[in-house]
Amino acid sequence: MKTENSAVDIDRNKGDFFYPEVHVRDAGVGLSERTVHYIADVKDDPDWVREYRLRGLKTFLEKPLPTHWASKDLEAIDFNKIRYYLSPGTEPKRSWEEVPDDIKRTFERLGIPEQERKFLAGVEAQFDSEAVYSNIKKAVGEQGVIFVGSREGLKNYPEIFRKWFGKVIPIADNKFSALNSAVFSGGSFIYVPPGVKVKHPLQAYFRINAENFGQFERTLIIADEGSEVTYMEGCTAPKFNTPTLHSAVVELVALKGAKIQYITVQNWASNVFNLVTKRGLAHENAEVKWIDCNIGSRLTMKYPSVIMKGRKARGEVLSIALANDGQHQDTGAKMIHAADETTSNIVSKSISIGKGRATYRGLVHVPKHLKNCKNNTECDALLINATSRTDTYPAITVRGTGNAVQHEASVSQVSTEQIFYMQQRGLSEAQAMSLSVNGFVNDLVRQFPMEYSVELKRLIELEMEGSVG
Amino acid sequence: MKELNIERLHIAVGDQEIVRGLTLRVPRGEVHALMGPNGSGKSTLAKVLAGHPDYRVTAGKILMDGEDLLELEPDERARRGLFLAFQYPSEIPGVTIANFLRAALQSRLPEGGELEATDYYAKLYEKMELLGMDRSFTSRAVNEGFSGGEKKRTEILQMAVLEPKYAVLDETDSGLDIDALKTVAHGVNSLRGPNLGILLITHYQRLLNYIVPDHVHVMVAGRIVRSGRKELALELEERGYDWARDGATEPAYR
Repeated sequence: MKTENSAVDIDRNKGDFFYPEVHVRDAGVGLSERTVHYIADVKDDPDWVREYRLRGLKTFLEKPLPTHWASKDLEAIDFNKIRYYLSPGTEPKRSWEEVPDDIKRTFERLGIPEQERKFLAGVEAQFDSEAVYSNIKKAVGEQGVIFVGSREGLKNYPEIFRKWFGKVIPIADNKFSALNSAVFSGGSFIYVPPGVKVKHPLQAYFRINAENFGQFERTLIIADEGSEVTYMEGCTAPKFNTPTLHSAVVELVALKGAKIQYITVQNWASNVFNLVTKRGLAHENAEVKWIDCNIGSRLTMKYPSVIMKGRKARGEVLSIALANDGQHQDTGAKMIHAADETTSNIVSKSISIGKGRATYRGLVHVPKHLKNCKNNTECDALLINATSRTDTYPAITVRGTGNAVQHEASVSQVSTEQIFYMQQRGLSEAQAMSLSVNGFVNDLVRQFPMEYSVELKRLIELEMEGSVG
Repeated sequence: MKELNIERLHIAVGDQEIVRGLTLRVPRGEVHALMGPNGSGKSTLAKVLAGHPDYRVTAGKILMDGEDLLELEPDERARRGLFLAFQYPSEIPGVTIANFLRAALQSRLPEGGELEATDYYAKLYEKMELLGMDRSFTSRAVNEGFSGGEKKRTEILQMAVLEPKYAVLDETDSGLDIDALKTVAHGVNSLRGPNLGILLITHYQRLLNYIVPDHVHVMVAGRIVRSGRKELALELEERGYDWARDGATEPAYR
């Protein structure tokens, strides 16, 4: 199989390295008002952002951890032992040559500059708290497309930034969105002008290098009327013995007739708590589509959402989760219908291997006064071993007449007969397993962009090889 | 020796002995029919030849071209040239026939070897034509939603593409109407040749009108009770398995 278009880090071990820290800016260990002020000072935040951060901190401290429904494993995070801001203290570079050597080597090992040349319209590379590289192809920039780090977005495009920032996901949405609001740093700011269709994807790559660290990027994408954009994010971190925290907030705004496609291939190391809030706002006739693949991390809690606030808006979540030993993928989707004739689609596939656990949580909300809304939900789980676990928690409230909802769920197992059959044709047990798993996700993966579907299949193969004793 | 050699084989499931001292030789280039009533142990033998984990070989040997098969994993046996056409083939949801067979062929190449896609499809289409299968079949998931006849035809297609040295066909005729039976038989006959030994397991003589065997063996209660030329099948059909059992003296092969 060809890998020259490799879009994500496919090998667990490939990301498992780090260089000595080169940070000049360091907020120290633990979280307090002092930490927040340090970050605001370093970033030279305007007053309204500093106040926003302080409100975030207050809310974070007030809110309890989600307890009654969430994994107890959350309690393993010691918020006082985490470092909330680390950066080399330089502005993001426009060319790889200018990026500091160790950091440049990191991204070269992960193949990022190569991908940029091959098929991307723009790249942002974040190293711990800040973007170290950010560049957009000239032709795309000339169309008026803005693709910069969140700090640069705030500095150079304050009107657009302030208009939408925090409007899709309020501070108090949940404890982790509050935490992000307090200490956010990095992430992308994208604006696509009316009618502009960005042909190639924009990609951000998030890298954690430091130990005891928390990464809190904040991404805001605004697609103006009739525009189209695809954004992809990838991520890796070395595996440390202590927990690493990743808690992002991603807000998407698709204005009238716009389309945003947001693709995530999450391959964090198995010590990472990945607690992310993602939500899109779809105006009239607009479309927000999340493609969400969770392969790595220790615990992921993430439920990409779409609020369909304009007539005929569409929301879609296609998600794949793979939970291996020591992993809990708690994922799903939320579809909030807030206008007539809105349609949403959720397709979720999870694979549990060994003692891995996959949980699907879905929320579909259609209030009584709406007409002709449709939702389709399919969630399928595949269990590989007898010790594997899956749970499904759908919450569907559809009121009123003329609204249609369809929900299908299935749990299946790879049978020994099936594996024997495939072995009889010459495949090893691991190859048979991985082919079965790829078959299970096949109809979904086919809807992904090429570069990602190829890599995802290889990633699954690697996971399966390790799982067969 | 270019043969599949089964010597004094005993097979048990749990405490129960199902095959009790079976001896049988299938040289390359020959077709041997193995007939027997339900429960005689025919399908158990087929699965053990392929290495199914649920069965235990308690005594005896299986050699393929002199190599001890019992030492090998199911996939190693397959890659060395053993093929089993299953009585009840498994479904593999989401995996197309084209991709499955490609993976199977790929597994036979040395590490780093790459299958040439155009050659592969040329071969696949050629074999499909032989079996009267439409090309669109290649994009269907393996056995998923297939009729009985389609499943059996797909088994023979796989055999044709993988080109084994020895093929065990387990009740390949069961559930087929006469037209499907003829097509499948035509496919098998076209694969016959000096490099392939076939063990044809069947309950009925009907199949043997279309795939004419070189030798016929009758298996009852875990043993071969009679062996002979193709006429034995007709005699068996006429006289029944009780006759075969009563007349049993000792195996034809030693």
